[in-house]
Amino acid sequence: MSMIRTEELTFVYGEKTPFRKVALDKVSLEINEGEIVGIIGHTGSGKSTLIQHFNGLLKPTSGKIYVDGEDFFADKKKLKEVRFKVGLVFQYPEYQLFEETVYKDIAYGPKNMGLSEEETDRRIMDTARLVGLTPEQLQKSPFELSGGQKRRAAIAGVMAMEPKALILDEPASGLDPQGRARIFDMLRRYHDEKNNTIILVSHSMEDIAGFADRILVMNEGSVFCFDTPPKVFSRSRELEKIGLAVPQITRVMNRLNEMGCGLGDDIYTVKYAEKLIRQRLEGV
Amino acid sequence: MLKDITLGQYLPGDSPVHKLDPRVKLVLTAVLIVMLFAAKNMCGIAVCAVFCVIGFAVSKVPVTLMIKSLKPIVALVVFTAVLNLFFVHSGEELWRWKMLSVTDEGIRTAFFMVSRIVLLIIGSSLLTYTTSPIDLTDAIERLMSPLKRIKVPVHEFAMMMTIALRFIPTLIEETDKIMNAQKARGSELDTGGFTDKVKGMIPILIPLFVSSFRRAEELATAMECRCYHGGEGRTRMKQLHTAPRDYAACVLTLLFLAGVIAANILFK
Repeated sequence: MSMIRTEELTFVYGEKTPFRKVALDKVSLEINEGEIVGIIGHTGSGKSTLIQHFNGLLKPTSGKIYVDGEDFFADKKKLKEVRFKVGLVFQYPEYQLFEETVYKDIAYGPKNMGLSEEETDRRIMDTARLVGLTPEQLQKSPFELSGGQKRRAAIAGVMAMEPKALILDEPASGLDPQGRARIFDMLRRYHDEKNNTIILVSHSMEDIAGFADRILVMNEGSVFCFDTPPKVFSRSRELEKIGLAVPQITRVMNRLNEMGCGLGDDIYTVKYAEKLIRQRLEGV
Repeated sequence: MLKDITLGQYLPGDSPVHKLDPRVKLVLTAVLIVMLFAAKNMCGIAVCAVFCVIGFAVSKVPVTLMIKSLKPIVALVVFTAVLNLFFVHSGEELWRWKMLSVTDEGIRTAFFMVSRIVLLIIGSSLLTYTTSPIDLTDAIERLMSPLKRIKVPVHEFAMMMTIALRFIPTLIEETDKIMNAQKARGSELDTGGFTDKVKGMIPILIPLFVSSFRRAEELATAMECRCYHGGEGRTRMKQLHTAPRDYAACVLTLLFLAGVIAANILFK
């Protein structure tokens, strides 16, 4: 069943001013329930504008958007509901932390939903476990945590609303490799347990390649392609043309193919590449 | 929605008024204020009005903008007018209703006071319309520099002002981001009533404060890394020069000042 569906979604910044800019141009797509979708695109390709439509922060200039089959812009009451149905984690979410303790900060979203104390507490403990924050850390001030911990606390603040779809804009940017790995482990765990939709926006093909079920490539406000990773990366030439770097392993395999190895053009994980090469070597 | 706020009211242009040395403009505006308060009768005020009109005509700032600059002081103008109208009791009584009375002297004073305030605002808004905030700070720094002798940290103040102006757009952008992030967590900013909106301010202000402090620290470090050490012995990228037009403007203003004084003496 579809979680988010858009029909010819168009958004124009600064309509009727000299700075008019079409940020989204007739975007039609469908994201299914429980799916992990990666969104990639150049800076200014419309990724961030698109995801801000998914929870109603931006109102389309024209076109329709349905969340859970409902056109939430038609009814003002639905607008608040949709914010809880689709959780949006912005880039550098740690800058939104404001409460005295991490616990209270995570509680902000659930409280806005009007949940009871017990239910709020249950959700906080549950998400804290998922993101890997200890009970002692929950009682600390968010400003005492390390960068990676702050990031995870901020993500927990959105997860605790238990949205049916979780959108994350560059959740791992600015973190060291270990911090990045922890974020992706955490998301993987979250998806395994809740089986909710995850939408991940990133610049890094490597991050998305091994994680997403389907990849949406945006270019200049339009959908360039929306398909499974092997199909997307088999178009690596075109991706490079619109300024997107394909994963390193794909580049290596492409070069090998050019040299006449014939290993296939849809390889995007090191593991898979290793397997193919091993087979070839042992087969010979 | 925050992006609609215009910073200051500087209107770029290349009229002679725009090109005046900002120091000269600042001093001349001060002279205008002196003129307005020195004028003792309507004739003097008329001289000041002509001065302002010439200034606006030369600067090519649209008349609509001039009127717009008066908007914030409408209440003050009305208040002054009413107060003078009813509380000046000298002169011939024209109209009376119980305690309230209006005299011809009252009408005259009310008109005089109102035109004084209006000209004051128009004259000083001409300065802000034609001078960028950075130029203005620069001019203030130069004009205040004699105060350095008595250990007033003039350069530091000017630097603070420049930095504050520079960071307004950054802070607006930041506020926008934080607002969106908290809205995504269900804070009642665009929906909900007044109390909800006020409550929604805390989750925005705290992160904004925290990030301002962080920015301030980063900027301070960056400045130190580039060997910034205060005003002592620093040269400037943009030198201020006085040109013949600056002297012309000074002479013109002095003529008007003389006009006001003459009006005071001639029409007692």
